[in-house]
Amino acid sequence: MTGTTRFQLSRIDLRDWGLWPAIVWTALFFALPLGAMLAMSFAERVAGKITLTWTLANYAAFFTRADGTFVKALLNSLEVTIATTILSILVAYPLAYILAYRVPARWRRILLVLIVLPFWTSYVIRSYSWLLVLSQNGVISQTLLGLGIIDQPIGLGNSRFATVLGFVHFFAMLLTLTIFANLIQIRDSYRKAAADLGASNWQVFWHVTLPLSLPGVSVGAFLTFVLAIGDYITPQILGGSRELLLPQAIMLQIGRQADFPLASALSMILMLVITVAFLISARRLKMERV
Amino acid sequence: MRARPKSFDLADGVSLLYVALALLFIFLPVGALILFAFQDGIAPVPPFKGPTLQWFDKMLHNRRLMEALWNSVLVGGLSSLAATFLGFLAAFSLARRNWRFAQGAQLLLMAPITVSYLIIGMGLQITFNLMGIDRSLLAIGIGHVVINLPLCFAIVYSQLGEHQANIERAARDLGANEWQVVGLITAPMLWPTLLAAYFIAFTLSWDEFVIAFLLSRFDVTLPVVIWGLLRSGLSPELNAAGTLVFGISIAIVLAVELLLWRGRRAATHG
Amino acid sequence: MAEPRVRFQSVAKCYGETIALADTDLEIAAGEYVVLLGPSGSGKTTLLSILGGFVEPSSGRVFINGEDVTDLPAARRPTATVFQDYALFPHMSVAANVAFGLAMRGLRKTQRLKKAEEMLELVGLKGFGRRGVHQLSGGQRQRVALARAIAVDPAVLLLDEPLGALDLALRRQMQEELVRLQRQLGATFVHVTHDQEEAMSIADRVVVMKDGRIEDMGPPARVYLKPASLFAARFMGENNLIEGQVVGRANGQTAVDTIVGRLLADQPAEPSEKVHVALRPEQLRFSAELGAQALGDAEVTEFSFQGTHFRVHCRLAGQELIARVPAEEPPLAGERLPLYARAGDLVLLRQ
Repeated sequence: MTGTTRFQLSRIDLRDWGLWPAIVWTALFFALPLGAMLAMSFAERVAGKITLTWTLANYAAFFTRADGTFVKALLNSLEVTIATTILSILVAYPLAYILAYRVPARWRRILLVLIVLPFWTSYVIRSYSWLLVLSQNGVISQTLLGLGIIDQPIGLGNSRFATVLGFVHFFAMLLTLTIFANLIQIRDSYRKAAADLGASNWQVFWHVTLPLSLPGVSVGAFLTFVLAIGDYITPQILGGSRELLLPQAIMLQIGRQADFPLASALSMILMLVITVAFLISARRLKMERV
Repeated sequence: MRARPKSFDLADGVSLLYVALALLFIFLPVGALILFAFQDGIAPVPPFKGPTLQWFDKMLHNRRLMEALWNSVLVGGLSSLAATFLGFLAAFSLARRNWRFAQGAQLLLMAPITVSYLIIGMGLQITFNLMGIDRSLLAIGIGHVVINLPLCFAIVYSQLGEHQANIERAARDLGANEWQVVGLITAPMLWPTLLAAYFIAFTLSWDEFVIAFLLSRFDVTLPVVIWGLLRSGLSPELNAAGTLVFGISIAIVLAVELLLWRGRRAATHG
Repeated sequence: MAEPRVRFQSVAKCYGETIALADTDLEIAAGEYVVLLGPSGSGKTTLLSILGGFVEPSSGRVFINGEDVTDLPAARRPTATVFQDYALFPHMSVAANVAFGLAMRGLRKTQRLKKAEEMLELVGLKGFGRRGVHQLSGGQRQRVALARAIAVDPAVLLLDEPLGALDLALRRQMQEELVRLQRQLGATFVHVTHDQEEAMSIADRVVVMKDGRIEDMGPPARVYLKPASLFAARFMGENNLIEGQVVGRANGQTAVDTIVGRLLADQPAEPSEKVHVALRPEQLRFSAELGAQALGDAEVTEFSFQGTHFRVHCRLAGQELIARVPAEEPPLAGERLPLYARAGDLVLLRQ
């Protein structure tokens, strides 16, 4: 209106500017670090100093170092994570289904709260708690001894079994929630229509409920995979020293060796795996809502 | 509604059994944790002797642990504030303007969810090194904003629908400038959502280990101290610490529920 | 008498303290198109849901083809429902949707797809089998829902406010199609709606419901012209209601004293009964044609153009009336309008 264009605080429209702080933050503290790590993966540690030499040595080391320990670690991670994902879905889906369709409405909320309650223990603590249950003098061992089922204490901790159990415990809770939220979203009239046309309970589930819940389950599966494969805590506490998963291998490089270039390369490989998982699941995520 | 069988049939029995087993599985570790926090003895394993509060006492006198507790609250409280604030602004802006690159922006903002905290922490470690920022509670806070921003953004974004937009238009029509619209209309209308986002962020931050571990030096957060205690093996002191954390978390959730419930009642009775 | 296709025997439904449906008896003959008409909360949807097997009645029995189906779940009843939101399975093709009920009955794939094609042709969607549900318009989805329901050859077809989501023109078209289809199949349709125009245009019999009870029931023309209750009179279109008291009968006519004067009606009534005299707007005439009695001169207060006529508010001796004036003769405010009514058109309703 006037000739001058003074910067007026009151004229700032948050609709135009609001997006930027978050974008800048994410770019600065997320994208930039990732970029730095990517660059770091092509660097070398020479005489205690890290120099960017654009070498592929770190990636080569992934395959060759210590008789392929890293490759083994990746394979272990994949096996554990896939087992975790499948088992968690198998445990969670029936629970979510029962909650959604078989539990009277007034019990539903209480049950949901109960199922979610252990979420509020610290993640570290929760894994530790499984040690209390699984270790040689832990709850399970003592109980079985007391019942006379075994005559020697049995240690279930510090093993792949314990790691998967700890994971499944956490992710089954998470998946129960997400699958439940997904199931109750499915329009009731679809199931009514199927029943009306003669479908038994099982047929309604198989032909209508299950297919319509699959996208939601896929999202949950993806989330489980991604979170589990990148987790350091559970395998470290419950996995024992006999087997190494990829996050643990990465952590080792940072800890003792301070070998950031190698750790970065390993991280990039981990991210690659996650990206592949994303691409696989992204295809199953499209469902037209009618 | 389906014509339900009047009697309790096999399917109901199986369902009940499954739920019971599931709950047993879910509460087994937590139960052991809480029970043996009161253990009168040095091994938090059966047989149970006690109860006694000695471990809680010991834990509360553990200065490092108590300091870490306070640090966790500090980092959680402030980083969640920042995450909620940034997330709200971004969601508001994205929802109210037709950005050409809207999808790309959303992808960028949501990306940190899929990246392992280990990698985020490492990246920040490297970057802070280059920037000359020391490892500290501030560094941890920055990291926690990174991991919580996507969630806060998503939560707020999902609630900024057409209904809200219409009310904002009405406010503009009556003469409010943009700051007033956001401050007097949008944000207050969204307060349950903002509160929920804040507390989810707080819970995740307060519980977060890896980033805190990598980015801390002298001042540490609670999960880091607990991790240190873990090195020495099973101890009822850890149980006590875990039970305390559990108790505080539940108290927070209850407080939030109460606040939200009161808010909802006020809205319908007001 | 032949066994009716559907029989409700003392069927009632309560939810705690609320009575959704009071003790109801109703029979529906084979081949009848019955419309359950009423406002929300009238119990019409509850009655339909009980018939379909989605809601258990609190008391009473339901019979289909003479068989007691009260304890049968929806899946085992010989009914099929067209839902308000169509409920077409979004993850199946149109043909798979239509064939679904047949699949549940164990028909082989080629057989049921063939039948599905036939059904689609019947509803005017020949060749649509391969399409996805999301590719269809609202009207097309409605037809697919219809095809899916009739594919299983149900004893009764239930329609739960099926035309609510369609625009006016489409709705009219679908009403005609529904009637045509019903006649063609010789099927029994039970149709729920709150739209009295829809009810009148398609029903063989209208069942007017309110607060869980049947207020009136009969062919549309009878319910419209001679409503049995005050509610039915008001609900089935506009009606003038004049309060009065019966004086007595003379010469085969009932005399009623009202604020507009003494009116003569053909309908019998007891002396000194308090009644409402009901007269449809289109039954108010402007000359003594066909033996209509003079009511007096009314003053025009307001009017609005309705396309085929003017809807005119007028006042006669303190009574507000609504009349219809032909579109070619626009009224004027304050104009004096002579009103006449035939004794046979007047309906006396108990208070």
